[in-house]
Amino acid sequence: MTDLLEPRAMGQSLVRRDGEAKVRGTATYAYETPVPAPAYAHPVQATVARGRVTGMDTAAAETMDGVLVVLTPFTAERLASTEDWEYAVLQTDEVAFRGQLVGVVVAETSEVARQAADTVRVTYDEQSHDAVLSADRDDLYAPEQVNAGHPTDTAEGDVAAAMATAEVRLEQTYETAMYHNNPLEPHATTALWDAAGDGFLTLWDSTQGVHPARAAVSEVFGLDEEQVRVVCPYVGGGFGSKGTPHANLVLVTLAARALPGRAVKLALTRQQMFSLAGYRTPTIQQVHLAADRTGRLRAIAIDVVEQTSRVKEFAEQTGVPTRMMYAAPNRRTTHRLAALDVPIPSWMRAPGECPGMFGPEVALDELAETLGMDPVQLRIVNEPEVDPDSGKPWSSRHLVECLREGAERFGWDSRGPGRRREGHWFVGYGVASSVYPTMRQATSTATVRFEDGRYVAEIGAADLGTGAWTVLPQIAADALGVDVGDVDVRIGDTRYPTASVAGGSSGTNTWGSAVVQAAREFRGKFGNDPRDGDEATGNVDQAAMDEDHAAYAFGAQFVEARVHADTGEIRVPRLSGVFAAGRIINPRTARSQFIGGMTMGLSMALHENSVWDPRMGQVANHDLAEYHIAVNADVGDVQAHWLDEHDPYVNVMGSKGIGEIGITGTAAAVVNAVHHATGVRVRSLPVTLDKVLPGLP
Amino acid sequence: MKPFTYARPTSVAEAVRDVAAEPGAVFLAGGTNLVDQLKLGVARPDLVVDVRRLTSREITDSDGGGLRLGAATTNSEVAADRRVRERYPVLAQALLAGATGQLRNQATTGGNPLQRTRCVYFQDVTTPCNKRDPGSGCSAVGGYTRYHAVLGVEPVQPDPDAPGTCIATHPSDMAVALAALDAQVQVLGPDGARTVPFPDLHRLPGDDPSRDTVLAHGELITAIDLPALPPGTRSGYRKVRDRASYAFALVSVAATLDVADGVVDDVRIALGGVAHKPWRAARAEEALRGRPATVGSFRLAAEAELVDAAPQPGIDDGNGFKVPLLARTLVATLRDLTPGD
Repeated sequence: MTDLLEPRAMGQSLVRRDGEAKVRGTATYAYETPVPAPAYAHPVQATVARGRVTGMDTAAAETMDGVLVVLTPFTAERLASTEDWEYAVLQTDEVAFRGQLVGVVVAETSEVARQAADTVRVTYDEQSHDAVLSADRDDLYAPEQVNAGHPTDTAEGDVAAAMATAEVRLEQTYETAMYHNNPLEPHATTALWDAAGDGFLTLWDSTQGVHPARAAVSEVFGLDEEQVRVVCPYVGGGFGSKGTPHANLVLVTLAARALPGRAVKLALTRQQMFSLAGYRTPTIQQVHLAADRTGRLRAIAIDVVEQTSRVKEFAEQTGVPTRMMYAAPNRRTTHRLAALDVPIPSWMRAPGECPGMFGPEVALDELAETLGMDPVQLRIVNEPEVDPDSGKPWSSRHLVECLREGAERFGWDSRGPGRRREGHWFVGYGVASSVYPTMRQATSTATVRFEDGRYVAEIGAADLGTGAWTVLPQIAADALGVDVGDVDVRIGDTRYPTASVAGGSSGTNTWGSAVVQAAREFRGKFGNDPRDGDEATGNVDQAAMDEDHAAYAFGAQFVEARVHADTGEIRVPRLSGVFAAGRIINPRTARSQFIGGMTMGLSMALHENSVWDPRMGQVANHDLAEYHIAVNADVGDVQAHWLDEHDPYVNVMGSKGIGEIGITGTAAAVVNAVHHATGVRVRSLPVTLDKVLPGLP
Repeated sequence: MKPFTYARPTSVAEAVRDVAAEPGAVFLAGGTNLVDQLKLGVARPDLVVDVRRLTSREITDSDGGGLRLGAATTNSEVAADRRVRERYPVLAQALLAGATGQLRNQATTGGNPLQRTRCVYFQDVTTPCNKRDPGSGCSAVGGYTRYHAVLGVEPVQPDPDAPGTCIATHPSDMAVALAALDAQVQVLGPDGARTVPFPDLHRLPGDDPSRDTVLAHGELITAIDLPALPPGTRSGYRKVRDRASYAFALVSVAATLDVADGVVDDVRIALGGVAHKPWRAARAEEALRGRPATVGSFRLAAEAELVDAAPQPGIDDGNGFKVPLLARTLVATLRDLTPGD
């Protein structure tokens, strides 16, 4: 149990400190970093999905006016570490997926670099590739663990026996599509090696973590971390795709190394991001539910099949939420992977929970229908007293309260049993639960200093547009017991103390804990009347850490879907979520996070689909004209509410993390609403008009 | 992008001469599609001739109650014109169903019908495409066909390796309305001026998918004429798409309908998103003339039009859904235009 910080600045709806600079266009993003006489890089990508590069004709590029450097796997320097295949850029002639980097051109302008890159002729010894995910493959394998260190499989009791004897059972297969993160700001870097030749490297990089990026680059290039500075004050979105560096960062660093003293810029094009910047694997989820007539689950199981790259494993932890959401004496979760000739999957907003709250939450809706039970009530009767996975008590769990308040706010009671028509539209309501684990990273340090009559907190944190610039001062002010207007923060630079990645909705929990530690150290050392230059440091690992409770944020999402009776077009005029996510530090930025996540979940439900063309091994619709994300006209009334949740176990702020929970469960709620409107059960995302059309009168 | 020469001549005649003289020349108007193609390497011209300021930007009344749209009028201007909204709702609706406000402010009457397919393979220079690279084959056959043709496809299951194969669709909404309205295209070319009926402007792939229209190199659209519709005619445009805005049509229907005493007197129908060109539904029109304006008649007309439809298998179950979707949308559009409904 922690003595929670008394909230004074925390809880205030303060405006974003970085807002004005962004609106005015004066906030400097990585690619825009003002440097003298920059050069520009443009990649050359493989056009086969598997094989070997046998030759690269770079003559035309090299003789083009303005071209400075051309690098290929045959000419690029050898890197110090090639252990991570993704970072072993231009180190091998092997092609493991279409779109892989096989060269780079650096030129005086971005236009010349691109034009020259287009003239590079690559010849291949092409091999047949294998890029079709299916649950029937005979080479599926169990990874050693799944993302975030979770066990691959779990089992308790006997699911098969419970299924065999259950009064009601459900076995269905659900599928989520391949998704690409597609932040507005592409993956972009300005890289500069010191002209003095002493190996000092500066990277202005769009990243979710300057220190993790520095660690990766230092290892790949064999540098001491002190030789590398990574700077990133602002990020135009990442959604996980900037959580770990991708090959583009190594490529631009290699390119710049060939031009010491001269900055080299690289921004991936939107099309390039579809093969180089990570994505969410498609998932195939076989869900098993056994229940008695009252709806109490006797068994819950999920068997997940998904893909990874043949050269680097990423195992999305899709089955993980099924381990803890609902009570049932018999339980099983498994993950199996197909290693394919595909780009390397990675983190995307709520890895695990986002796809993993689709299949089971639709299955519950199907079970409720079979039982003739309200789907809200079905969830309530399966509320577990303790975490079914760990056996630990909850730090706080208010899913039932979220469901009840959500139902009340939404007007769930007016939901009739079947199809309702208003004019040309069928109208339906749907519900699903949301969940996200409360995490804190192991490493983060903050410094608090008294400077010119003001308090300054420094930590190398990242603000992805999420609000770190704004909420860290609120936390620091309360920890110091001063007005928030008297506190400045400095983030986004490895010159500041080490910060963990902005991922796993852990940023505020982790950095905030470090800031509070530093503030308390500061007050302990210098009292309430410090002198200019007084400074203290605090680490997150000094902060109280509760190991005895299972900590999660919960939520419930309610959807009104309308399906056009003539055409099957699907619209969602209302989306309402209620969340229990600990203390909300800043309602303004928090609401943005919640409704942003919900909107992304809506987009996943209705639109998003990286259409995989297995013949050529690439995403066919690799731009934002064809890869649809929800536009304004698709998004009606989106409401996010939260309970006043007090959790004394999670951290000193009482905060749980809010960046990802909003995207979990949304797609299931939409699919459930479409079923209520039409009677058509869609088990494969996205839910598009062609899938409901056959069921319309 | 390949470097090119940019020219801004001072007259239409000069522009036509410049383009006609240079095989690698193209006209530039709003640029909303051409500029993308330049960046993607899909278009690789040597000379870009800017005609944006050369053709008329006026909408003028013509004899008999019609309108003339100058080629440089923007999509936004035409959609907002009171005469267009009153006399040709189908055109205003089609324009507003296309693209976004920003694009409509830039796109022109002359350029919109000449935009090229957004077939994902046409737009990706690393994949075979007969339209972009004649003779290289068609990647869309058996691929991602959701936005591809189901009408005018010959043979029904095309050979992806044949040089004439192309199952792309024309992306314009405006063009579908113009096809239904029997608009007339005023063209100036090196050999002088001519008029092309809009339904004949675009072509099926035939043996040369690289050619979208019947215009010869150097021919420039200078204006589009809208003939008057019979008094009492209703018109409308229904676009069905995967998201509520900023998406190309899965299917669309442009229709004008004149009903007298419950009987179809005059009907004109064009279909979008389903063929290499805006598809004038002649069979459906034929099946409807003189028939009762009822949902039953509309269904029979849709069946008549779609009897030769050729659904294309492909990724995510191909595009077979377009056939029933098109039938339902056509019936619904005519139903909603029928007086008293």
